[in-house]
This record gives sequence, C-alpha cells and structure tokens, in this order.
Amino acid sequence: MSSSDFAIEVRGLRKSYGDLEAVRGIDFSVRRGEVFGLLGPNGAGKTTTVEILEGYRERTAGDVSVLGFDPQERARELRSRVGIVLQSSGIYRHVKVREVLEHFAGFYPDPRDVDEVIELAGLRGKEEARTRTLSGGQLRRLDFALALVGDPELIFLDEPTTGFDPAARRGAWDTIRSLKALGKTVLLTTHYLDEAQVLADRVAIVKDGRILVEGAPSELGVGSGAVRYRVAWRNGSGLLNQQETDDPTTFLHELTSAALARGEKLESLSVSRPTLEDVYLELTA
Amino acid sequence: MIEAAQPSFASLTWRQYRLERRMFWRNPSAAFFNFMLPLVLLALFGAVFSGNQEDLDVIVPGIAGMSVVSTTFSALAYNVTAMRELGVLKRMRGTPIPSGAFLLGIAGHAITNTALQMVLITVAGKLFFGVDWPPNPLEMVVFVVLGVVCFSSLGVALSHVIPNNESAPAYVNAIFLPLIIVSGVFYDAADVPSFLAGIAEALPLTHLIDGLSAAMVTGSGIGDQISSIGVLVAWTVLGVVLAIRGFSWEARRS
Repeated sequence: MSSSDFAIEVRGLRKSYGDLEAVRGIDFSVRRGEVFGLLGPNGAGKTTTVEILEGYRERTAGDVSVLGFDPQERARELRSRVGIVLQSSGIYRHVKVREVLEHFAGFYPDPRDVDEVIELAGLRGKEEARTRTLSGGQLRRLDFALALVGDPELIFLDEPTTGFDPAARRGAWDTIRSLKALGKTVLLTTHYLDEAQVLADRVAIVKDGRILVEGAPSELGVGSGAVRYRVAWRNGSGLLNQQETDDPTTFLHELTSAALARGEKLESLSVSRPTLEDVYLELTA
Repeated sequence: MIEAAQPSFASLTWRQYRLERRMFWRNPSAAFFNFMLPLVLLALFGAVFSGNQEDLDVIVPGIAGMSVVSTTFSALAYNVTAMRELGVLKRMRGTPIPSGAFLLGIAGHAITNTALQMVLITVAGKLFFGVDWPPNPLEMVVFVVLGVVCFSSLGVALSHVIPNNESAPAYVNAIFLPLIIVSGVFYDAADVPSFLAGIAEALPLTHLIDGLSAAMVTGSGIGDQISSIGVLVAWTVLGVVLAIRGFSWEARRS
C-alpha cells in the first residue's frame, strides 16, 4: 500500500510535559475513507495525540504525517483540508448561525454550500438564531457544522457526543455516517464504547500513553484469550444458563447434541461475541 | 486535481473586520463602555465647564485621549480575553485564516471606533465647546496613530495577565480609571501636586493628551512634542514585546 493511501501515519509518537509523559510511543495509521476510533480512559493521552495531529501541539519525538504534511509546520493548505471538532470550544456570542457559517466558509478555497452544511448538522430552523440562545446540543451541532463548512477530506472529532441525550447522539451518529458515505476520513476519540462499535471501522485502545490493542471493533481481542464468547440458553425446566468459552464451535456441538439426545429444545439459545466493552474493561481495568 | 486558490490575506482581513463591526453593535455593554462613555463624559464635563474656555480647551483633547485608550486598550483587553477564554482563538487557529489577517481584522475594528470618536469629538468641540477646528490636523493624525499602536499593544499585553472573563472588568478598570484621573483628562496635568505630576510624566496617556492638545488647541508644532513622542514610543516597544511574548491561543486551565 503506498503512503498516499493513508490519511494519517503516526510512528513512535511521544509527548512530554515536563516530567509527565502523556504519550509514550504510539504507532497507528488511518486509511483514507476510514473511520478510526481512539478509545481510552481520561488522561490516556487521546486528546494530546489528536491535538498533535491537528497542529496545536509540538511533539517531543516521533514521525507524524497528516495528508502528507507535518502538522506542526502549520501549512495553510493542510488546515484548509481538515475539519476540527475540539473537545470543548466556544464561539462568538453575538453572531447568528448562518452568519458565522458563511464567515468560516470564506476562509476556505472550496467551501461546502452553507445550506447543505446546516442540513447535514441538523441546524435547520436555527439559521437566524443568535449563538448565545442555542442549547448545549445545538452548539455542539454548530461545532460540527463549522468543522464541515470547508469541505474537509479529514475530520477530527474529539469526544463529539459527550453530554448528549440519546436522541442527540443518534443524530450525531447519522452525521458521522454521512461523512463516511461522502468518502471522508474521520479520526474519532470517545468514551462511549457503543459509539466506537457502531461508527468505527477500526479502533485503538489507548492507556497510559500507549496503544494496548488495535483492530476492527467486532474482532478486537478475539482469540487473544483475554475475552471469551458467551453462550446462553434455557434448559427444559426454563432455567437460564450461561457459559463462557474460547471455542464456541465445540461447545455448541456438545450442548445441542446432548439436548437433542434428551429430546429437548434449547429456548433462547444465543452466542455473543465479546463486545468492545468486554475487551475494553478487561484491558483497561 | 485543480486546486482552488486560497482566499487572499486582504480579503480575509476585510471579512474578519466586517464580522467584528456587525457583532460590536449587538453587544450593548461593549458598545456603551467602548464607544458611548467618552461621548457622554464629554457632554457632561462640557456642560459643567461651559463658559470657561480654558477648561474646555483642556477637556476636549483630554476626552480625545481617553477615547483612544477606551477604544483600543480597554476594548482589546476585554476582547482578546473573552475570545481566548471562550475558545474562539483556539478554533480560529484550526482554520486556514492566517493569524495576521484575523488579528488585523480585530485591530481594524478597534481603530475604526477610535477614528469615529476623533471625528465626533472634533466636531462637538467646534459646535458646542468653543474649540476651533484643529490648527494642526496632521499632528493630530500622528498622535492618534501613535496612541492607537501604543494602547492597542498594551491592551493585548494586559489580556495575558487577566485570568478569566469574569475578572476582566476589574483588571481593566483598575488601570483605566486611575490612568485617566492622573493623566489629566479632566484637568490640566500641570496643576496637580508634584508627586502625581511625576507619575503622570511617566505615563503614556499624559503625553498623548499633550500631543492632542497641541494639535487640537494650541497649534504648537510637532517639533515641540519630541519628548512626548519618545515616551509613547517607549511604551509602544514595551507593549509590543509583552503582547507578542505572552500571547496564548488557548484558555487558561484554572
């Protein structure tokens, strides 16, 4: 695979603040068009990593390439090709939604249509509202809109749905899915494992400034022995049984042949793969 | 792939400037403290001193000097602090607008207020307060420009010391109010006790008012104001160094 197939490449990234080593040697690559999730507890080094990629911080060591640029050189062309949703950032209080979007659109060589962005971010009906009258969720949608208005190839989303109610989270997920459908690359950090499971093509779990494991959310940790499949069923008397196993094929074969031999049906039989949450809790505990 | 051209530096500066102008009038407290207050004070003191031309000759350039300070120093200290703490500065830093275009747009907005006030004060001086058109308009321009650069840089420098939005008025007024009293906005600085006069001599506003007084009232030439220009330039150098050195695009973590 040639390097141009990657939107982001990180090799041996380190960042220290004085004596504190926030990032201690991180490697990962994000393919173009991929949604990549960085997961991890607070203080794991996710935001530091993302802010180095965004050009806000200078690294202590390692190689970083974002769309072929070194982000800490802060090339204007790079900034016009990425969109950034920061973990928290405010906006002017005395400005209207459409007005501020049109203002930001003017920064970019080839911006997206402002009406399209309003639609995509779910701000229809709020175009003429002053920003100081918007709710927290609406302001977050404005963050999305401001990050998308330059029609970026690569979008950084740092905990984009923290503090959202469930309906608002679904709305944000739809927006992120539309970005993927448009062929955009997305680097997402999140605390929410279901969010990563649903949205990300691949995830990396970060703890203490290192990546513990990386892969597709549904395959993560499987076969490593760290986490096991769970089989559940009701026996003849209706009692619920559960069993964890590394080898669901053999286990199911034995379970079902025994039931058939007894002439029983196994009600509610299910096999579940370890969820991202199981893997996460196992690894970060 | 055909690359679309980046917007020009000038067009981005203009764009930022226009947004600042539009937002300014929607914010009543900024509009009052940074724009209306000097005009209100001019009307009040003008009324108090009416009939005494000697006092009016002091108050008109004095208020002009104060206006330079409130439209640049106070306004930028508030504005830069608020944008930093709100996260606007950090957000802007993540977009392709060049920092210089962004900051020039903001400064241009402040300077527009200064220019408008100079015109309003000059016209009011002529119409209501018996002060003729400035005998030396070029000298007035020189001092307004010097004052704008000096007090803008000091205002940005002050914003670096202000820890958060809530405390901005306290920091700004703790400097602004004593400054306008000591520097002779409301009376002739020559009439004050010597220890105050000594302090006043060291402060930039005193010298800005001296220069404006020469330009707007007495007509004494710029050659007589070299020492005032020197003091203003010295403060400007200090202001620029501090404004650049302490600049932070991110909110203070507190």
